[in-house]
Amino acid sequence: MKWLIAPALLAAVAAPWLADPYTTATLARILVLGLVAASVALLTGVAGLPTLGQTAPFAAGAYAAAHSSSVGVVQLLTAACVGAAFAALTTPLVVYARGVVVLMITLAIGELAVTAASRWRSVTGGTDGLAGMASPRPLWGLPVLDTDRARYLYALAVVGIVLCVVVLLLRGPAGMYLRGCRDDEARMRASGHPVNAYLAIAYIAAGAIAGLAGSLLVTTQQYLSPADFGFDIAALLLLGVVIGGAGSVVGAIAGTAVVLAARDWLSGLLPGRGPLLLGALFIVAAYALPRLRFRLRSAVT
Amino acid sequence: MRGLLEVDALTRRYGSLVALDRIDLRIGEGERHAVIGPNGAGKTTLLDLVAGVSRPNGGRIRFAGRDVTRLGPARRARLGVGRIHQRPAVWPSLSTLDNIAVAGARHRGGYRRTLPEARKLLSSLAIPDVTAARLSHGQRRQLEIAMALAGRPRLLLLDEPAAGLSAVEFSQLSAVLSELPRTVTVLLVEHRLDLVYALADRVTVLRDGQYVATGTPDEIRASSTVQSAYAARQPEAVI
Ligand SMILES: Nc1ncnc2c1ncn2[C@@H]1O[C@H](COP(=O)(O)OP(=O)(O)O)[C@@H](O)[C@H]1O
Ligand SMILES: [Mg+2]
Repeated sequence: MKWLIAPALLAAVAAPWLADPYTTATLARILVLGLVAASVALLTGVAGLPTLGQTAPFAAGAYAAAHSSSVGVVQLLTAACVGAAFAALTTPLVVYARGVVVLMITLAIGELAVTAASRWRSVTGGTDGLAGMASPRPLWGLPVLDTDRARYLYALAVVGIVLCVVVLLLRGPAGMYLRGCRDDEARMRASGHPVNAYLAIAYIAAGAIAGLAGSLLVTTQQYLSPADFGFDIAALLLLGVVIGGAGSVVGAIAGTAVVLAARDWLSGLLPGRGPLLLGALFIVAAYALPRLRFRLRSAVT
Repeated sequence: MRGLLEVDALTRRYGSLVALDRIDLRIGEGERHAVIGPNGAGKTTLLDLVAGVSRPNGGRIRFAGRDVTRLGPARRARLGVGRIHQRPAVWPSLSTLDNIAVAGARHRGGYRRTLPEARKLLSSLAIPDVTAARLSHGQRRQLEIAMALAGRPRLLLLDEPAAGLSAVEFSQLSAVLSELPRTVTVLLVEHRLDLVYALADRVTVLRDGQYVATGTPDEIRASSTVQSAYAARQPEAVI
């Protein structure tokens, strides 16, 4: 799969010159949601905490970014900090639970966040949404990102940098400790590792990543509404992670791209059946993919 | 005598079942102490309580002069309680080497600083450095022992290390255990009595959660109480 990364990267950079504005906007959304999916993969696949709640720090980061500076880095850092703070607050609810219970708790957290977003009108604009955010400049002294192409490339650069950092960290001891917690946490404890502390750190870091993605959502979409953070998005992210191979943060982006493309194109063919198709895709992914991957692996080795 | 491990009146119940009933145990620094008894005697329960994996319903555990009854398993591990499980527990998605290095990391200032020692431990085993998911049962058992040793334990808890091993693996295990330095105190639960008698300084016998006897291997072998404790439950047991 590694050989795919270079051409994919090249295509991603060239895309805004080759594609029409609508496709560029779709690609930007894939990048943003892909980054949230990477945070889902970090928790679900690497640390073993399956989550439907990463839409919550994503929303927190997005609204924080919408009300913060017009300098990109400041906006990104603000959103990341707010996402991390949100995760820190909900950590005690999540890191002591395991398996399906985590899924239920994070689902509730996500739903509460959407409800809060539609009620807290002074910050979020309620269900009408929040519009008219000014385009940021990436850094002081740089020009304002005033075209779709510029905003897309900005998102691409930020997602690329964040992913590189995450992948490098996960290749080192931190990734091994988290996979150790997922594989056998009793053995981790028997070796003196504070499992819940590790999971808390992973959960807060995932919150920061999702929050940061929120800032990119503001930049690329220039409009926010509670619908951007609903249950269907959470389910779509989890599906993308399952398709991308749960342990892979890079795969999560590819998986999200597949899911979004499938949803948009299929619902064009069968109007109004989007959720149904997504559900069907979910079932197929859950049943067929592990077997398919197993076959591929046995065929290779 | 003050022991490295002192267990007083330790009791553990599962519902109405008393898995361990007011058990006392003293293990001195450097001692090799075996616990034997038929299935269901409470041996694993005892190790779980000493490791901090489960909490007693009564009684106290002192380790290295300190009351650890209320400490969790990770804290006790950092104090020097190492353990291998009845079913070998390793991290299947990590490589053999990384399993050892991660297991030792907390005791040796991090993963990277543990790598040299992990390499040494790995080279002393006849195990390839592959993803641990691909190791056999016997290899996982050896790996988990290396993982426990990477943590420089003062007390090593071994739960039926010989179970499911081939003859070759069994003799490798005997060699590894008999070569452990006396700085490591051993609490060994084992069904293979040849291993127990070869290794142990003292043996404690449990049955149905009750204390039966403690003594040297010779005393235990000769004891009629012990014979009947086994005979009552496991007429086929070799003793
Ligand atoms: N988690 C548990 N829940 C209920 N009963 C248990 C549990 N663990 C052990 N037991 C019971 O406690 C008794 C002692 O078990 P155990 O310590 O595993 O015995 P041994 O290791 O000596 O074979 C057995 O009767 C067993 O069924
Ligand atoms: Mg047992």
